[in-house]
Amino acid sequence: MSFSTAQIWTIIIGLGLGSYLLRLSFLGIIGNRDLPEWVLRHLRYTAVAVMPGMITPLILFPQATDGTLDPVRLGAAAATIAISFLTRNATLTIFGGAAVLFALHFAIH
Amino acid sequence: MAFSKDFWQGVRDGTPFILVILPFGAVFGVVATEAGLNVAQVMGFSVLVIAGAAQFVAVQMMVDNAPVLIVLAASLAVNLRMAMYSASLAPHLGKISWWQRGVVSYFMVDQAYAASILKYEQTPDMTPQRKMSYYFGVITPICPVWYLATWAGAALGTAVPAGLPIDFAVPITFLALIVPMLRTLAHVAAAMASILGVLVFAFLPFNLGLLLAALLAMMAGAEVERRLALRRQA
Repeated sequence: MSFSTAQIWTIIIGLGLGSYLLRLSFLGIIGNRDLPEWVLRHLRYTAVAVMPGMITPLILFPQATDGTLDPVRLGAAAATIAISFLTRNATLTIFGGAAVLFALHFAIH
Repeated sequence: MAFSKDFWQGVRDGTPFILVILPFGAVFGVVATEAGLNVAQVMGFSVLVIAGAAQFVAVQMMVDNAPVLIVLAASLAVNLRMAMYSASLAPHLGKISWWQRGVVSYFMVDQAYAASILKYEQTPDMTPQRKMSYYFGVITPICPVWYLATWAGAALGTAVPAGLPIDFAVPITFLALIVPMLRTLAHVAAAMASILGVLVFAFLPFNLGLLLAALLAMMAGAEVERRLALRRQA
């Protein structure tokens, strides 16, 4: 890495400021004004529209395995989905998913 | 703000995320230190940016010696989803005071957003004040652990055992967040569109594929909801 101290802090402060403005954007500007129904209808799906897309590459092409399919991670993902579906409990799901992940890791490696 | 029932409910719902935030923060500390950042710079990232995925992208591009502007553009693109979260929370928290909205915005991380929006949809009769208490409850066990874990990772450096699949802590928590959200056909349609979209648009640079996939997925969810409502009226 060949960055000067000033360049590193430019990146840190720029990214911090930019991220804060993105977070503040709608919450800060729109505030207590009402949004039209069609906008609200789209916003209801924000979480399910962003998060599956965010983790799909992490599950199918993990960087730790140089982007190749990995039975340990695939198995842990499937188990996590199953536990969540059956228990509807985030704590149990996270513990269960992590337990399957490490069990498969030590069974295979 | 009194520590209300909603606040403590939020604390309880936020606590399991410590299991993810801890390894995620520690790994960032280790990776950033190995890349050549000092402890102050590592903590600068975690406190000022407070967004793991974007921090990892920034450090990765710094290792690749990308120009400063490209590093900023790529890592900000990862955080564009925060604007969507902000818009999604506005109907719920838009009526609290401006400085409280300022604090909510700083602490807007994936887990806080996901837990809160799920709670707000399940209990629509909550007042904006109660919704805010819940939100602050969720971030209370999450954000301090993020700072501490990052610092520990930076201080311990390479003492974290290599080869363990701790990177997968991230997908596991997100799955624990997403599955309970798939309550209607419209939610399932949006999730499917998101997965397909991100695979189809994987060739786009700077994570633009995710943003495009997310927009199309929101449209898919809204359209399925509209059609189901029409069918119910007929």
